[in-house]
Amino acid sequence: MSTTVEAMRRRYPDVFVPAWRRNRAMLAVLAGLVALFIYGLAALGFLHPRMIDGLGKLASVFVMMLPPDPGSVDRAIIYLKALGETLAIAFLGTLLGAALAFPLGFLAARNATIGRVVRFLTRRSLDTLRGVDVLVWALIWINVVGLGPFAGVLAVMTSDIGSFGKLFSEAIEAADKRPVEGVLSTGGGGPHRVRFGILPEVLPVMASQVLYFIESNTRSASIIGIVGAGGIGLHLAEQIRVLEFQHVAFIIILVLIAVAAIDWLSTRLRLGLIGTRRVATA
Amino acid sequence: MTLVQPLSSPPLKLDTPRLAVLHEAYRDAVRAKRWRSVLIAVCVAVGIAVSAVSAEVDLGKLFTNIDKFSSYIGRLFVLESGQMVWTDPVEWYWGLQRWLSLLGETLLIAYVGTALGAAAGIVLAFLAASNVSPHPVVRAVTRRYLEFCRTFPQLVFALIFVIAFGLGPLPGVLAIAIHTMGALGKLFFEVVENIDMKPVEGVAATGASWPAVVRIGAFPQVLPNFVSYTLLRFEINVREASVMGFVGAGGIGQDLIEAIRKFYYADVSAILVLIIVTVALIDFGTERIRHRLIDAGTSA
Repeated sequence: MSTTVEAMRRRYPDVFVPAWRRNRAMLAVLAGLVALFIYGLAALGFLHPRMIDGLGKLASVFVMMLPPDPGSVDRAIIYLKALGETLAIAFLGTLLGAALAFPLGFLAARNATIGRVVRFLTRRSLDTLRGVDVLVWALIWINVVGLGPFAGVLAVMTSDIGSFGKLFSEAIEAADKRPVEGVLSTGGGGPHRVRFGILPEVLPVMASQVLYFIESNTRSASIIGIVGAGGIGLHLAEQIRVLEFQHVAFIIILVLIAVAAIDWLSTRLRLGLIGTRRVATA
Repeated sequence: MTLVQPLSSPPLKLDTPRLAVLHEAYRDAVRAKRWRSVLIAVCVAVGIAVSAVSAEVDLGKLFTNIDKFSSYIGRLFVLESGQMVWTDPVEWYWGLQRWLSLLGETLLIAYVGTALGAAAGIVLAFLAASNVSPHPVVRAVTRRYLEFCRTFPQLVFALIFVIAFGLGPLPGVLAIAIHTMGALGKLFFEVVENIDMKPVEGVAATGASWPAVVRIGAFPQVLPNFVSYTLLRFEINVREASVMGFVGAGGIGQDLIEAIRKFYYADVSAILVLIIVTVALIDFGTERIRHRLIDAGTSA
């Protein structure tokens, strides 16, 4: 009995066909995606001489950034104050968002809601809040409370209600059913079910999500100033526009340090809260 | 003392002094927990107070002007003629053709940015993963670089790129590509670190070069996860691309911010609805593909 490659090839021709030829549909999709990519490069100006020009300019921008320098101590203090404002916006916005999303999360969860219509309406409202970008919310709140960091707090809050509402409802739906059954079996009613059956299990998860969001909101809060809603983004955008790149580099380093510090702190606190269990985010 | 009482004897009755000790221990445990909660509450309260001063929170202003918020939202759905927007969709979407082409540009920015970022992220992930990285120094440098790229907000990159490349979609694409590379690079190298090393060792044992080891030993294992994460990122990038226009970096954002700034309320709601519907459709579509991919990955 011959077991040479040639003999095997003759006996099982299908197995020896290259993988890509077996899956023509996948190949067509891939070709389409590549074609779209090349069209995109052309349509968006990647194949334009401006691209080469821009790369040269970008290099000179980076050279101009060195060394990072706020100019004077007064400017440095202004930037540090703005950074504090950014952190305050992130902290307050996240907390307020979480507080307001807390009851909505229960209404949107299958196992804790008070009616299917309520659940549907809550979920769609949360989707809408989440679908509008935080910068748009900032522009809307500026109409209400004027320019400044307060508008930023309200904007972060509004967009976080949407995100937290969804995450909280998912955490509640994923909760173990048995404690709830236990509470019901002792004669507990609706409120007892939530307070003693669901809450002890989901509270650490929620707290950990809040901590994670404080960190990611520090990033959003650092750009919210671009539209006038307070924080360091205002200075950042301004210094970029007047081409003071040493100031820009100084601010960038400030933000990086702040985000890294918050990241470290929130990771430590989260690990303390829930051990090493991973929590769904985004 | 026997810990387990025979069934025939009456249930164990603790004498009062022993009970008192246990009771005291229980009270101590509860007290410690309560102190911890109070401490956390005080920390949070101080944080709120300090932040409220720093962020110029003015509840009075909020409550006196809260009607402006509801009236703003209300006005979004009223046409210039005073009719509600849904009574005259043609008038509401008078600029549909222009908006659709801008929306197309937004999607293209997100697509090209995601593709560029994912491609770079794949290469960097194999350099950064501790099990297949060619050298520890390469690994450390790559990781720091990915960290920098994902920490910085895309809009700031876009602002700087607008200075270098001029107004238009190009800076938007680059900003999204860089951030995507940082974010996906991290997720990708975590996937790579969790692969089964036996195929990799098998290929390495034949004397293959590093690219061949990665391509044949590691890549097939991680592909479904890579595609799944890339699709998730694409959806996020569509949202991001829709505000790139705020800083002049292309897409539908430029018309949106113009409408907001000039108080063309009906246009604002028209564009927002377009964006929300598009993002929801993409969300729905990518989620279905992702579930199929993940199911295929776990059953294989």
